[in-house]
Amino acid sequence: MADISPAPSDTTRAVITARGVRKHYGAIHAVDGVDLDVREGELFGLIGHNGAGKSTLFKMMLGLIPLSAGEIRIDGAPVSGGDFRAVRRKIGYLPENVVLYDNLTGLETLHFFARLKGVAGQNHAALLERVGLAHAARRRVREYSKGMRQRLGFAQALLGQPRILFLDEPTTGLDPEAIRGFYAILRQLKSQGVTTVITSHILAEIQERVDRLAIMAAGQVQASGTVQALREQMALPLWFSVRVAPEDFEAVRAALGSLPVGAIEARDDHVAVQCPREAKMAVIAALAALGDKVRDLGVREPSLEDVFFGFSD
Amino acid sequence: MEFSQIAAIAGKEFWDRIRNRWVLAVALVFTAFALSIAYFGAAQQGAVGFRSIEVTIASLVSLVIYLIPLIALVLGFDAIVGERERGSLDLLLSMPITRVELLLGKYLGLAGALAFSTIAGFGLVGVVLSAQLDLNALYHYLGFMISSVLLGCAFLSLAVMLSVFAADRTRASGLAIAMWFFFVLIFDLLLLGVLVVTAGQWGGEALPYLLLLNPADVFRILNIFSLEDVRTLYGLATVFPPALARPWLLGLVMAGWIALPLAIAAWRFRLGAGRA
Repeated sequence: MADISPAPSDTTRAVITARGVRKHYGAIHAVDGVDLDVREGELFGLIGHNGAGKSTLFKMMLGLIPLSAGEIRIDGAPVSGGDFRAVRRKIGYLPENVVLYDNLTGLETLHFFARLKGVAGQNHAALLERVGLAHAARRRVREYSKGMRQRLGFAQALLGQPRILFLDEPTTGLDPEAIRGFYAILRQLKSQGVTTVITSHILAEIQERVDRLAIMAAGQVQASGTVQALREQMALPLWFSVRVAPEDFEAVRAALGSLPVGAIEARDDHVAVQCPREAKMAVIAALAALGDKVRDLGVREPSLEDVFFGFSD
Repeated sequence: MEFSQIAAIAGKEFWDRIRNRWVLAVALVFTAFALSIAYFGAAQQGAVGFRSIEVTIASLVSLVIYLIPLIALVLGFDAIVGERERGSLDLLLSMPITRVELLLGKYLGLAGALAFSTIAGFGLVGVVLSAQLDLNALYHYLGFMISSVLLGCAFLSLAVMLSVFAADRTRASGLAIAMWFFFVLIFDLLLLGVLVVTAGQWGGEALPYLLLLNPADVFRILNIFSLEDVRTLYGLATVFPPALARPWLLGLVMAGWIALPLAIAAWRFRLGAGRA
């Protein structure tokens, strides 16, 4: 397993710690030895293909299923056992493809879950407004669209001002504007010190927004850290796109000839150059020496998709 | 055990049944049947109109013994498996609630709805008949209503147990129907069959106790034995020794039929935490 890379602030205490967590169903090792630390106020992403073990790990963190081995602590306390109520009151959970009760209205849904959480008497109308459902507060969930159900599920997770949010594929069914609104709320909560663990299969969406992430495959955390740290860890090459006139292609080739670059490919109106991260500055210097011949220069960082598939394959 | 959690679940189950008019529909069915039986029950003897409370209760008992187990099983068979299959169980279990509290809340809410319809449905008929009943007859009718509620609670408990064990709703509904056939139709036939085949040589002594293994029979005995006149009208119940036929004792057996399946369900549901 790759090293856990430094988070934004390493000194913040961990609110979720997993140590040697395993879950076996007979011969199937759904989760096979996971160590994780999620720090207070962190937005933490959990990524993996279906069957990678994310949901099982999620359910163990929530105390929904017992561990075969290892230990998970939320805010220092084990998730099951005597004090589980106190732990769960700090948690908000949005399951994947949340299923609510069709016969209840939006307000009634929040009222029901608030009673279960023991936080009745909150302003549920304000909460619905926050997730953009004020107009549908008194309509039955039966009439809600997929996106509206997802928002109501999110509102439910926010009941009782939880300190820790577990959101399983929370943006499924939301349109781009709603997704922006959703992350705006998460940022707001983050500024109040709320810790969020989020899974998503839309990697582009998550890589812009999480502080750190863990990549799961075959029941194990293959790597974890900031997006930047993961890119570096993978030693994924960068791509330069050098715009030059076709007659200058050879000049570019000659200028980079002595450098440790990878492929140099001539395309229609530019030269694509693959280069390892440590050669980046040397390549820029060599290209700058070509003066006016270089009309434009672009650098493409490896995307999280590259990291993700690099690890998972 | 936190009662506020149990009450939250129970309240939702109960109000769901009020709102979707389940309670109303069942109460109306009970009222309609009870009124028809009270007024037309003696039609075979060539007369209509209310005759006697004893005959009415005896007829109602034969009806209720089919109807209430069926209603209770239909009401409860998907209590847990339904939530699981819909996908709402995980969210419920992520709340500060134990599995046992969730199960109890479900049961109490459904039992409340069933008891409410039973008392409302038969109670209405009791009010209509009350002008023609003396205190003793009212007492018997009340006993009939209470035992009907207990019968419903016992079969609801069995249904909730099924809903914990069954892998999916389809299987749960199949099991519920099988359970109804077994307790309501097959069980007595089996006992009678044993008696007849062995010409009463085998099982005669144990038979009264075997009847206690069926909540529907307990219900029948509870009602028949309080009515001297109609005791002879009934087959199996008449072999029941008076020593066992004490209402409190039978009530206790019924309470066992409510508690035991529920306890098994709770045990299994807690164990399920290891599998889900």
